[in-house]
Amino acid sequence: MFDFDFFVSILPKIARGLEVTVEITLAGTGIAMVVGLIFEILRRSRWRAVRWPVRFIRDFIQNTPLLLQALFFFYVFPKYGLFKLSPFVSGIIVIGIQYSAYTAEVYRAGIDSVATGQWQAARALNFSRVDTWRRIILPQAIPPVFPALGNYLISMFKDTPQLLVIGVLGMMGVANAIGSETYQFTEPTVAAGIFFIVLSYLSSLVVRRLENRFGAHV
Amino acid sequence: MEFTDTLLEGALTTVKLTIFAGLLGFVIALIAGTAMLSRFVVVRFVARTYTEIFRGASELVILFFFIFGLPQLFDVTLSVFTGAVIALALNIGGYEAEVVRGAVRAVPRGQTEAAIALNMSPFLRLRRIIVPQAVVAMLPPINVLTVQLCKASALVSIVGLTDLSRASQNIVELNGEWARYAGEALIGYYIINTIINQLFRLAERHFKRGRDIGGTVRA
Repeated sequence: MFDFDFFVSILPKIARGLEVTVEITLAGTGIAMVVGLIFEILRRSRWRAVRWPVRFIRDFIQNTPLLLQALFFFYVFPKYGLFKLSPFVSGIIVIGIQYSAYTAEVYRAGIDSVATGQWQAARALNFSRVDTWRRIILPQAIPPVFPALGNYLISMFKDTPQLLVIGVLGMMGVANAIGSETYQFTEPTVAAGIFFIVLSYLSSLVVRRLENRFGAHV
Repeated sequence: MEFTDTLLEGALTTVKLTIFAGLLGFVIALIAGTAMLSRFVVVRFVARTYTEIFRGASELVILFFFIFGLPQLFDVTLSVFTGAVIALALNIGGYEAEVVRGAVRAVPRGQTEAAIALNMSPFLRLRRIIVPQAVVAMLPPINVLTVQLCKASALVSIVGLTDLSRASQNIVELNGEWARYAGEALIGYYIINTIINQLFRLAERHFKRGRDIGGTVRA
């Protein structure tokens, strides 16, 4: 049976978990947007010694589950004295890095769509490499891919529950804790599910508006 | 070496989950994706609602619902494996339905018109004319989604199924060697997904053969 009173009584707790979930998503997106761009620029490096390792690292991150990456990051690195961080901060880093592999792909499409003439013109005008990227290429490459980046923000939001394995008390972490305490999993799960569905639907509307504004579908 | 078998067994469960949920999810996606293009408002509405719900809710939420929620609500008890397959299939099916819809819409209208002119029934039209042409455009995004499915299947370790992730965690609980066994499990996933990518590349080559098309549709 679905216990409606119980369902209502746990909503405030789940909402507090939502706060954590949203914070992780926003901070993770920040990391993914920066690191993804670095990944993509390095992948285009002149030097093979840079290109190949970057490609492999990206490939590896993309093809392994977030859950295990989180466990690995949280339990293995501290053993060697690295990254002794709280579950919250570890969660942000792991999810941010995982999505960097995806956003790198998005930037790639954006950079590829800049006309070759732009590179040649920058060269003809004697722009340095850094200036070419900063003043010519990126300002044209990034705005069109905003909608695609927005879509990854939504999927990141939906991936945050996995971080409960390292003890992050986001919505699903809270729901899981309530469930194991009361042996009633349905109500907390449904509550978290409703929050997820409503929020991802609303944010997909925002992304659609971004698409209208920036036009391009990359 | 003594734990190799445990890890391999876990990996086998991961592969099985990916294959079963992948196939079931694709069937669901074919139905929901074409339903979204139906003439009837009600059919479109049902298909839309399905995709919005199962894409919107997080995988772990869906998994919890099928494993812990159903027995409590309806007195239905699925084995953890069956529950996991259904939950993962419904989730990936929601994403793939969008892919199917896009790919079917990308088939030129003239193909549909010609099929109608040849007096084909709607189902025959779909099966013989539209889907075979749409498959080429579907493969790349479905490849990406299948890798995501394989990664998402690691979540079953939370609800008590011994897959590759759980197997490595079990071993670690015995001997505390996180670096080694979690590392081996990560490599295991990497290998499985690399194989998936290669298989899709082969399939793409197969379906493209002899055709003058090659557009892609994004998820």
